Amino acid sequence: MPESLLVRGGRVVDATGERAADVLIEAGVVVAVEPGLHGDETLDAAGCVVAPGLVDLHTHLREPGHEEAETIETGARAAARGGFTAVVAMPNTEPAQDDPAVVAAVLAAGARSTCDVRAAGCITRGRRGTDLAPMGELHALGVRVFTDDGACVESAAMMRRALEYAGSLPGAVVAQHAEDAALCEGGHMHEGEWSSRLGIPGRPAVAEVSVVARDCLLAELTGTPVHFLHVSTEGAIALIRDAKQRGLPVTAEAAPHHFTLTDAECASFDPMFKVHPPLRSAADVAAVKIGLADGTIDAIATDHAPHAPETKERPFEEAPPGMLGLETALGLTLTELVEPGVVSLSDALALLSWRPAAVAGLVDHGGPVAPGRPAHLVVFDPAATWTVDPARLASKARNTPYPGRTLTGRVRHTLRAGEPVVIDGEAQR
Amino acid sequence: MRHLLSIDDLERSDLDELLDLGESFLAVTRRDIPKVPALRGKTVVSLFYEDSTRTRLSFETAAKRLSADTMAFSVSGSSVAKGESLRDTVQTIEAMGVDAVVVRHPSAGAPHRVATWIDAAVVNAGDGRHEHPTQALLDALTLRRHRGIGLDGARVAIIGDARHSRVARSTAKAFAALGAEVTLVGPPTLLPESLIGWPVATTGDFDELLPSLDVVYLLRIQHERQDATLFPSLREYTTRYGLTVERAARLKPDTLIMHPGPMNRGVEIAAELAEGPGSVITEQVANGVAVRMAVLYQLLGTGAPVA
Amino acid sequence: MSAPDAAQPNPQDPATREGGRFVFRARVFSPEDLRRAHTRIAHEIVERNHGAEQLVLVGLYTRGVAIARRLGEVIAGFEGLEVAVGSLDVAFYRDDIGLRPVQPLGTTEVPVDVGGRTVVLVDDVLFTGRTVRAALDALTELGRPRAVQLAVLVDRGHRELPIRADFVGKNLPTKRAEDVRVRLAEVDGTEDGIELWGPADPAGEEEA
Repeated sequence: MPESLLVRGGRVVDATGERAADVLIEAGVVVAVEPGLHGDETLDAAGCVVAPGLVDLHTHLREPGHEEAETIETGARAAARGGFTAVVAMPNTEPAQDDPAVVAAVLAAGARSTCDVRAAGCITRGRRGTDLAPMGELHALGVRVFTDDGACVESAAMMRRALEYAGSLPGAVVAQHAEDAALCEGGHMHEGEWSSRLGIPGRPAVAEVSVVARDCLLAELTGTPVHFLHVSTEGAIALIRDAKQRGLPVTAEAAPHHFTLTDAECASFDPMFKVHPPLRSAADVAAVKIGLADGTIDAIATDHAPHAPETKERPFEEAPPGMLGLETALGLTLTELVEPGVVSLSDALALLSWRPAAVAGLVDHGGPVAPGRPAHLVVFDPAATWTVDPARLASKARNTPYPGRTLTGRVRHTLRAGEPVVIDGEAQR
Repeated sequence: MRHLLSIDDLERSDLDELLDLGESFLAVTRRDIPKVPALRGKTVVSLFYEDSTRTRLSFETAAKRLSADTMAFSVSGSSVAKGESLRDTVQTIEAMGVDAVVVRHPSAGAPHRVATWIDAAVVNAGDGRHEHPTQALLDALTLRRHRGIGLDGARVAIIGDARHSRVARSTAKAFAALGAEVTLVGPPTLLPESLIGWPVATTGDFDELLPSLDVVYLLRIQHERQDATLFPSLREYTTRYGLTVERAARLKPDTLIMHPGPMNRGVEIAAELAEGPGSVITEQVANGVAVRMAVLYQLLGTGAPVA
Repeated sequence: MSAPDAAQPNPQDPATREGGRFVFRARVFSPEDLRRAHTRIAHEIVERNHGAEQLVLVGLYTRGVAIARRLGEVIAGFEGLEVAVGSLDVAFYRDDIGLRPVQPLGTTEVPVDVGGRTVVLVDDVLFTGRTVRAALDALTELGRPRAVQLAVLVDRGHRELPIRADFVGKNLPTKRAEDVRVRLAEVDGTEDGIELWGPADPAGEEEA
């Protein structure tokens, strides 16, 4: 690593505001932020925004167990290309991250990678919903986000116990994949006009809304923070807004596919558009955008879900759910939210960086670009247009629902602890 | 016409043309030598991932009557069962040189996916709960032969599990496109979740509708496609929605009784009504071969374009 | 892809296929000429076959059917007996390289068993001979005639198969790019006649 690295000519945007400034980095730490600086090596940021690195609360790295779809190394590379300096790796690996040994292995692999990989831990053993996972042991390893993601904690009693127990672990947040399994049974897409046209069994909105309603009440009862993963329905967002107004400790995230795609996409029967919770109606998409704009939704989280290509070449009902997200999240946010004026650039960065960092308790990430802070930064050109090409993604998988889509806003450089892991859009390792 | 995946693929004129062709082929099937050389040298493969001897035989008969060569792949006893993916299976079949693939699959949209993987013509023989276009065509031909080309504004009731029925969706669309007035009859748990895209009215009251109906179309209760939470018991279903002898007596004298088969005698239809006056159920089967000949002929007939 | 003329789709009619790039050139037969041709052909058929009892006149759609009926009437007029008349659609037996499957023009209906009888196929214009070949195939599906003969109103040459007519109304040598159109009052709604049409663009005449 060079003695000092200069990020020159950009516009620094963080939670404290915006200013034209150079950023000087030494030994992985920001040492100066002002115009007219000099350094041993330079990264050009002319015309670019320089911001705290993006933080993804919801990524599936598939290792251990499904390395054919993604590994920690390839997922971290994809994250870095997307401008993310930290990701929370979901625990539905095989074996699941319900055991300290598995979590330790994930953290070790992550430490070698180009992104700060934090592991989420399971709420219940094997995500089966019947016994608590050793949350305390996992917490000791640094786990703060607990979730059975992929599965919903079905039993109200179990969710209550989990919240009560997690309440004793500082900084712990219990994250719920809100989809009542019984209501969704056999369903593969949103229940509504399109599932009825296409003859595909549906997953009704009420499956999400009913769980959100229940868990808001449990958050109120126990006082433990509840985070709702990938909220997708108008009804859930209304409940969360109301809960926040009443001061309940709830937070929420939304995935880019839930504010850019509707269930009508499934008309081609292409399982590239299959995801849980499913793509929803236009009204739901509008509600997600409003929720992002008015602060009801705290974060944009990708729910990056790689799958081996042949699995997405099956009939719709037989294919696994999930879409890639790390490399398109920033572009989609800038194109579909910032450009049309739904949110400001600064608010968009809040949604992608410092607010998710706060939810996950990642104090090193998302913070202001200021002297003394770790140099986790993203440099992106908000005006650069590019076209999504599945073959040119860093992810090992190819299941993006946006092939051929032109986006405005592209990552130029990503710095993790001062190391430029992406330069001019190319991953360095 | 490159594929037949859904009734939506057909304009009204395409529908009329197919049914006209069906009439011609019906005449062919009644001759001593019920065969024409129109598809000689073409190969039609049926790829059935769901059990169905009737439909598969109907397609194979249709292909053979057109002098095409046929091959059949069914799920058990082939590499399909060994876990070969649908894509690999159809691409292997195409590499052997086929002109049309007739696909039946438990998953909606499977024939649509197949059509993106191969160049051969694809015919949907039933995909999950989605569509069964050739069933709709044979139903339409049957109805047309009794009521004329415009179906004369026929008032049709489709009774039963429309929500899980690909036959209901395809046939309702075809009947409505040809000028019939279609009503779905059943308990709320068996009606579609949304009616957008369904050109139908709905009701839960079969008895009220009976005297005004020109056609009673009975769906079979889908044992294999739904569970017991949708209605309490077969007996309750028959009481509320079965075509019993008593209900049949309240129909108009010339009302047609139709059923896609196979029938659950005593459940959706009283045993004695199945072959009684008004029942055109056996005609439907005969018309099935003719209509499938029409479809294969339209897709593969002399000089059909490749790609 | 050629779209059939909506009013009278007939893929056998080159004028329609070309989208009407033909112009009228000459009237070859007047209504009187046509009537005499029918009379002469009818007499020749009966004379060659030594009577009409074992005959079946089978017209090919569309105009061949009308001509067969006319011949039947004429024969009934001078023989005093009803000749069996039928109609044949050859759509499913054609070998054309077209762009669409050919739609049937009518129903095949032959009121008697052709087995052991003499079938006289009847058509308006004999050109390449392919329609007649298809008709022979279709005929074999109906049974095994003792003999098959062919009667046409016009033989315009340019045979592509070894097929010849037994009874001809008029031999009319034509260029390949020309078109011969038979008009029948009961089919076309106009005066009877036979017309020669040629390509609107004279350069088209050189096309094979």
